[in-house]
Amino acid sequence: MTELIERTATTTDVPVVELSMQQAINRALRELLAEDPDVLVFGEDVGALGGVFRVTDGLQKEFGDKRVFDTPLAESAIMGMAVGLAMNGWRPVPELQFDGFAYPAIDQIVNQVARMNYRTRGAAPMPITLRLPSFGGIQAPEHHGESLEALFAHTPGLKVAVPSDPEEAYGLLLQAVRSDDPVVYMEPKSRYWDRRPVRLREPSSPIGASRVVRPGRHATLIAWGAMVQRCVRVAELAAEDGVELEVVDLRWLKPIDTAGLAESVSRTKRAVVVHEAPLTAGLGAEVSALVTENCFGDLAAPVQRVTGFDVPYPAGPLEPQYLPTIDRVLLAVQRTLEY
Amino acid sequence: MTTRESAGRDTITVDHLPPELTRALYRDMRTARDLDTEAIALQRQGVFPAYVSVRGQEAAQVASASALDPTRDFVFPTYREMASALAYGVEMVGYMATHRALWHGGLYDVMASRFGAINAVVGGPVPHAVGWAVGERLRGDDGVALAYFGDGASSEGDVHEAMNFAGVFGAPVVFFCQNNQWALSVPNDRQIAGGSISARAAGYGMPGVLVDGNDAGAVHQATTEAVARARRGEGPTLIEALTYRVEPHSTSDDPGRYRDETETLRWRDRDPLRLLREAMLAAGHTDEARLAEVDAQARREAERIRDGVATAPEPDGSQLFAHVYRETTEELTRQHRTWQEEVEL
Repeated sequence: MTELIERTATTTDVPVVELSMQQAINRALRELLAEDPDVLVFGEDVGALGGVFRVTDGLQKEFGDKRVFDTPLAESAIMGMAVGLAMNGWRPVPELQFDGFAYPAIDQIVNQVARMNYRTRGAAPMPITLRLPSFGGIQAPEHHGESLEALFAHTPGLKVAVPSDPEEAYGLLLQAVRSDDPVVYMEPKSRYWDRRPVRLREPSSPIGASRVVRPGRHATLIAWGAMVQRCVRVAELAAEDGVELEVVDLRWLKPIDTAGLAESVSRTKRAVVVHEAPLTAGLGAEVSALVTENCFGDLAAPVQRVTGFDVPYPAGPLEPQYLPTIDRVLLAVQRTLEY
Repeated sequence: MTTRESAGRDTITVDHLPPELTRALYRDMRTARDLDTEAIALQRQGVFPAYVSVRGQEAAQVASASALDPTRDFVFPTYREMASALAYGVEMVGYMATHRALWHGGLYDVMASRFGAINAVVGGPVPHAVGWAVGERLRGDDGVALAYFGDGASSEGDVHEAMNFAGVFGAPVVFFCQNNQWALSVPNDRQIAGGSISARAAGYGMPGVLVDGNDAGAVHQATTEAVARARRGEGPTLIEALTYRVEPHSTSDDPGRYRDETETLRWRDRDPLRLLREAMLAAGHTDEARLAEVDAQARREAERIRDGVATAPEPDGSQLFAHVYRETTEELTRQHRTWQEEVEL
């Protein structure tokens, strides 16, 4: 399932435009609203303002206030409303403004959205995509930077997507919204302004496929969201010392691409998983277990985890010390190579 | 509009209602009462692990559900709406299956019935009703959503959020609160600051109606007006139907630990079925012979449902995996195989 992405687009005939991730998501939302009259975009401040990150900029103007609308400030009702809209045949794409504000909506997300198709034995599908600005890296106020992926990935019935760059953001959102299963689409805030050439192309791999961002043979770095770019930087630095690191962008945290992980790690024999969330019971433990179960005979070292510490996301100047640093990832690579 | 004091009246009148309506209400309330009795018996026999009685709330439930149009409206229940389901035309063996723990949410077709899945998170379905109703208006259709909840659920944040959303969006929703005065062991005076749920409607910019929940005619009239108002595009209404939970919260409950049963006996005497029966006779809508016929019919129907649910097959184990996703995952497929190899055998 692993897909090797080539960044040069000269040989393709899909349009290539330079976009930030926030613009790429906006572009995908525009196309989804245009292609499917059942798609609705709603949440706090997504209308006239265009969202606090301007991700929904211009959508209300283009599609009207019936398709793109502001709600009162109540996350649980936003998600509850999405359930009712889905039961009435709509394809809701709600936004919760910040990751920390998903907690007030957890009952609706976990007890209702995730289970309604199961509870009704398929009579009431929930084609809902929850857009959730996520993770740290922008030194935001408390509750404006959280990593909830393990919670969502642990919930039966949900699927979880995390883009790492503008092109991924575009393609993954098309997949998520078109899916008839509920998807939590976690947008890494710190990458919103990351501008790159984006191939505006249809998703070419199935839901759940990871991708190799950078091939290598000495160890595999496994990451998602903003940590992918950090791992690429680590790989560039390691390459200066002759160490060739493969970087795998998981993209889907539910379902996880076990086969893709196994394919990479069975070649490199070493794996380091990197995430922003706290260590204990974080998704790195799941990745580590999957790699170990599937590559035990090939592994030359235990799977290393480089993660946030088991503390709440800290304030301003402490945040860069909480998030996995390039040095910490390099040290983990060194540990696995020297094991 | 009634007042809290008048909810204690010992007679009701149905003189103003069409006889065919009161006869239909009586038939469904009678059937629900018999089915409720059968369900408690099934629990005693060990067929149901537990059951939540609707006894005493049949008027509130049947008369409200009967005010809706099952071809275009949609009901969002919690877990104590058996009589509503029956009156609304839900397939009742499938509905009662949830009490036999055959499937969470019931085995009836939620979408075909236009009656949401049974839900134990009592505030949870209320915002669903708002979403459904907003969706109805967006499409230009005129269906109305009715959300049931109780006095306990009225304390839930979701209920507040839902009413506020409905007010802001002008959504065609009827918020139907059955205030049965007990949220498990907690009475109204420990639950409802301000003493009235219906009075809260003013804060959401919608009418609030307090109605005698044991007066089938009054409930029907209040709900019919709220539904018509919503259908005309005039927005939501909150109805508080004051009734009483004469049975324990569930078959696992022990009300002797928290309430004085003399009050319960008083409300047992205000039996909504008796009130309706006497009012129908007084209004000349029926006679004893016809009522006896309806009673016999109701009994047969309750027994049919009882036998259906008692003998319904248990779900096949593969159902564990069937509906988690529309498009399943490789991991779940693998676990399904594990189940086949290690559990099903």
